[in-house]
Amino acid sequence: MKKSISIFAAAILMLLLPLTASAAARDTIKIVGSSTVYPFATVVAERFGKSTKFNTPVIESTGSGGGLKLFCKGIGVEHPDITNASRRIKQKEIDNCAKAGVTDIVEIKIGYDGIVIANSKKADVLALTKRQIFLALAPEIPHPNGAKQLIKNPNVTWRDVDSSLPNIKIEVLGPPPTSGTRDAFAELAMEGGCKTFKWLKDIKKENKKRYKAICRSVREDGPYIEAGENDNLIVQKLNANPKALGVFGYSFLVENSDSIQGSFVDGVLPTFENIAQGDYKVSRPLYFYVKKAHIGTIPGMKEFLREFTADKTIGQDGYLTDKGLIPMPSGEYSQFRSAARKLSTLSGLN
Amino acid sequence: MSNTLQETQDISEIVNRGLKKRYRSEFMFRFYGVVSILFAVVFLLVFFSSIISKGYSAFTQGELNMKIYLNEEVIDPDRLRDEEEIRYANFDKLVLDSLKTYFPEVSSRKERKELKSLVSSGTSLRLQSMVLNDYSLIGQEIDIWVRLDSDIDMYLKGNIDVSLDESQRRISDNQVRWVQELQEQNLIRQNFNSTLFTAGDSREPELAGVLGALVGSFFMLIITFIVAFPLGVAAAIYLEEFAPKNRFIDFVEVNINNLAAVPSIIYGLLGLAVFINFFGMPRSAPLVGGLVLALMTFPVIIIASRAALQSVPPSITDAALGVGASKIQTVFDHVFPLALPGMLTGSIIGMARALGESAPLLMIGMVAFVVDVPSSPLDSSAALPVQVYLWADAPERGFVERTSAAILVLLFFLLLMNSTAIWLRNKFETKW
Repeated sequence: MKKSISIFAAAILMLLLPLTASAAARDTIKIVGSSTVYPFATVVAERFGKSTKFNTPVIESTGSGGGLKLFCKGIGVEHPDITNASRRIKQKEIDNCAKAGVTDIVEIKIGYDGIVIANSKKADVLALTKRQIFLALAPEIPHPNGAKQLIKNPNVTWRDVDSSLPNIKIEVLGPPPTSGTRDAFAELAMEGGCKTFKWLKDIKKENKKRYKAICRSVREDGPYIEAGENDNLIVQKLNANPKALGVFGYSFLVENSDSIQGSFVDGVLPTFENIAQGDYKVSRPLYFYVKKAHIGTIPGMKEFLREFTADKTIGQDGYLTDKGLIPMPSGEYSQFRSAARKLSTLSGLN
Repeated sequence: MSNTLQETQDISEIVNRGLKKRYRSEFMFRFYGVVSILFAVVFLLVFFSSIISKGYSAFTQGELNMKIYLNEEVIDPDRLRDEEEIRYANFDKLVLDSLKTYFPEVSSRKERKELKSLVSSGTSLRLQSMVLNDYSLIGQEIDIWVRLDSDIDMYLKGNIDVSLDESQRRISDNQVRWVQELQEQNLIRQNFNSTLFTAGDSREPELAGVLGALVGSFFMLIITFIVAFPLGVAAAIYLEEFAPKNRFIDFVEVNINNLAAVPSIIYGLLGLAVFINFFGMPRSAPLVGGLVLALMTFPVIIIASRAALQSVPPSITDAALGVGASKIQTVFDHVFPLALPGMLTGSIIGMARALGESAPLLMIGMVAFVVDVPSSPLDSSAALPVQVYLWADAPERGFVERTSAAILVLLFFLLLMNSTAIWLRNKFETKW
């Protein structure tokens, strides 16, 4: 019996041994960040891993904010090397980074993502305006008689919102507040519609907080249904319920173009060309941020940057466009490609 | 006398009056019992049939027979046989050239792109590694079966409706025509999808497999077992056989029972705070996952082990003590060996629960995209339940069936562990 006890003890010791040495070295790039950039970054990582002698980078989907938080924790192998973001870094985050010693950050834009409002192909294509989206989904809307006064949103059907719209119940499946897609939807579509009321726009100058509360909130009394971060689930639910609309990234529309269709927003359909040319307004830039101090320490960083910014990746016909990424105009692209080559650091938000 | 008879009659009359009601309530109880069991069985059947009907097709994969000429002019024009040079060779061109021998009429850029995407984008990488392993292949023609692209595979499996307009589906009219022609020539087959068990994660459904997740889960369970089993058993033996009966020990016992009921996500948070933030262990590593799951399984093992120790009859202890064995000899030479099968059974069931756990792993960064199969518990890795979660979230259509297939693999291992536990129990069970 004594023998087996000592075997147990040895096993525990053997387990504890690597703990001390665990954080010593790392030969795999670690990437965190946005769930919107995740499907693109993983494709690049996989190609990079399979075609070079470096390990395949490990990518964790933490959301843009969560990723930047981890990224800004410090320099060293225990911290991630790259973070993806579906929005630009904020000044507050740059400051937080600097506090932890992360001062040299390379910013690279990879392209754009459209946010689509889609429904099942079994139903008719909807033509919405941002104003109608705001009136359908805001918790409080301006009084219909034109008075400068907010009332609780009384709209139940799309017909209530505008007589040109079909007489079906407002049911919109969308992501929860933790999602970057939701942030962008609130900012671009909801606020975009809100701004069309001049008196609401004027509030921005007086009271920015109140303006944001009015324009970027989404109603919680039923018509907007939080469907979780899983965009696939939203697509499946749209197929089951042709009356419902869903809000998600353009890449999911590309993959499911046989069963769902995007709605017109302000007269423009979410197509590749329209988003690329900037005609479809509900779109946002996608970025990733690189810790310059890790280049040279973690093997393959430079080569990975090169792969990610190559013309065959994010150029006009790059392989990420097959996955639904909207490429940048060529002028902007060459600017970021040279930033990646020269590793020029972010000096401030301009 | 007549008085007592009268009373007896009265009583039996009262009993008879109530009898119908009592029979009815018994019948109702049985009825409810059968209904609830039926309900559970129906749900289980619906659950399994939906997973199996969605997932079985993932175990086969469409393949195309190709004759590929490994043209030296393309692979290594300078005849250097240098690894770096060959890595940069355009293997895609070889694949396209070979496909063109079937359809020589293809010329436009769009058609070439469509033709190339008939087969998996992993084909050129496969050629690359074949050539790197064996330079003598250069200049030869090889005859291999290559995996079809996931979209084409979905079409072959009937998941794409070709009656829709071309713009509304993932594959073009040209591709449909080509696939049909190839099928007529018997160049396409459905083969067992071994990749599912030999590859790590991938963003291309036809190249994705569960091996990385499987190995990650295996490492985690090993660590969980090494940490939780000896500690849990030692704690149980102490509490059951040696601990004094006082308030402090009562307090400890109550808390162990409480710990077993703590939601698993809490253990994830604890793991994040202690192992990763304080001890600086790597994120996404099976080591941390295993330790977190060990914390979670620990109270379960203590409870199971104590039950096993309690089931050893006191006569064994008494006999051992009676012939002069010390307390420690009694426990380790007699009680512990008899209780060990019970302890193992309880632990395996606890570990099976740990295998299916995903919530705590989300907190410690195991929801990562990891392509390379981990080779040690310190490498980044996914775990089986997390792989299911990741695939369920992927936009590609081919991952729908693979998600169900991954669930089937997970269920298979859970079933395997639980049946091992039952087998162990039956084999070593002692009748007192």
